[in-house]
Amino acid sequence: MIQTQTKLTLNQRVVTTDPFLVIQDVAKIYPTAKGTYTVLENVNLVVNQSEFICLIGHSGCGKSTLLNMIAGFSQPSKGIVELKGQPITEPGPDRMMVFQNYALLPWKSAFENVYLAVNSVYPHKSKAEKVSIVNENLAMVGLSDAADKKPQQLSGGMRQRVSIARALSIRPEILILDEPFGALDQITKEELQEELMKICGEQQCTVLMITHDIDEALFLADRLVMMTNGPAAKIGEVLDIPFDRPRDRDQIMEDPEYYNLRNYALDFLYHRFAHDDE
Amino acid sequence: MARAVNNRYQPNLINRLLSNKKTRKVIAPIIAATFFLIIWQLLTLSPDANLPSPIKVIQQTWELIINPFFDKGANNKGLFWQIWASLQRVIQGFALAAIVGISVGIIVGTSEFLFDALDPIFQVLRTIPPLAWLPISLAAFQQSNPSAIFVIFITSVWPIIINTIAGVQQIPQDYVNVSKVLQLSRKEYFLEVVFPATVPYIFTGLRIGIGLSWLAIVAAEMLIGGVGIGFFIWDAWNAANVSQIIIALLYVGLVGLMLDKLIAFIATKVVPDEKK
Repeated sequence: MIQTQTKLTLNQRVVTTDPFLVIQDVAKIYPTAKGTYTVLENVNLVVNQSEFICLIGHSGCGKSTLLNMIAGFSQPSKGIVELKGQPITEPGPDRMMVFQNYALLPWKSAFENVYLAVNSVYPHKSKAEKVSIVNENLAMVGLSDAADKKPQQLSGGMRQRVSIARALSIRPEILILDEPFGALDQITKEELQEELMKICGEQQCTVLMITHDIDEALFLADRLVMMTNGPAAKIGEVLDIPFDRPRDRDQIMEDPEYYNLRNYALDFLYHRFAHDDE
Repeated sequence: MARAVNNRYQPNLINRLLSNKKTRKVIAPIIAATFFLIIWQLLTLSPDANLPSPIKVIQQTWELIINPFFDKGANNKGLFWQIWASLQRVIQGFALAAIVGISVGIIVGTSEFLFDALDPIFQVLRTIPPLAWLPISLAAFQQSNPSAIFVIFITSVWPIIINTIAGVQQIPQDYVNVSKVLQLSRKEYFLEVVFPATVPYIFTGLRIGIGLSWLAIVAAEMLIGGVGIGFFIWDAWNAANVSQIIIALLYVGLVGLMLDKLIAFIATKVVPDEKK
């Protein structure tokens, strides 16, 4: 049951019809002292190559659990998660993560943090090649001048830039972002969203991103995956975000469709699947 | 006129030194030590006091103080040589403990099974007083010097192991996840992630360990004899020379402090700034 999508947008963002990432009938069940606890159930999603997917849902709905299974940190209790037809069994650099807390090693400079990744993924490249990959990626996120600084000397936004440079430097098949901009102020956040969108547009990355911010999702995503509440959460609805690329924030916010989509998503989150704090 | 005003607002020398934080760090302990010595002097004024007064201690040990390097063969050596002999034992035992402790700590810290298996044993062994190991090590080694070194080793190895394990276990999950995603080799993982993340804890263990080593060596040397500050103290006691004991104790304290400061200094050079 693979949904075929053929969208040709302004910048020729190619969306292939081959299944790239397939999540089929996935459930995650944890054993607890009081019996089993089902976090996710009947999750089905097909992600196409170079698609940008945002996942949204209330906390505790299992978004991170789903991402962890794609990253390979945990295995589904039922169902399959496949990348290019291969089941995912362990973490690997083809599914690089950008963590909410950046996860940079504090004793290494920005350069060294990225170099660690490049060196590990391309062990056979020459030192000069690896250095140039690192410098290229730091330049891409605008951090050439801060290459020798340690994470503590960098602002939150700059740290997340390093983390993104590290993730992109190894050319992953899928870039997984777990609420990457959650800890940043609004201005930094918007700057980084724009950069991420630009880089992903150029590099045709496939992206999976968890967010709590509907505007962020509408700005970045090709499709917005909305999850129902846990326990036994599943994918409630998938919204197509039809805006042409490259996107301009002001322009799409003037589009009446933007508010239709926004209200639809808000209604989903706050009425149909309102978070009940019992 | 101006002069009179100046005088009135100029505090005396001691007050001025004490109000400056930096000089107070030096002056205040000197004042405290002086008070202590005066009280000690007063308490030992009576001619039939059991312990010598500070002035008497200095008079009776003046030869030892001004001449730490004499060597008249056998145990009859200056204080420098006595302390040097003890230090050599401590350095050997402690170096061994550091190598074994850090390696074992890192291995046990990264394996939940090994931790569950070995931690209870470590917790029991670490409470054993240093000297209780001496008879066993004498039985095993049959010689006094290796026995003393073994006592140092076994005393200082536990805090190093236990702190290293704690350091490995506190490595943030994020760092572990990054290593997994990047599929770092085992060597890279240990050198680039585990070791730097654990170094501050290792140094806490090393500082506790060196302190315990120095405590243990004095006691162990009292029993095994030979050259060394511990046996020097015991010898002085047998010769009823309390002044020598007191001066030796002072030296033991100062050397112990220096050892601790040395490890702390190395830590400032090795521990990454971000982890201090």
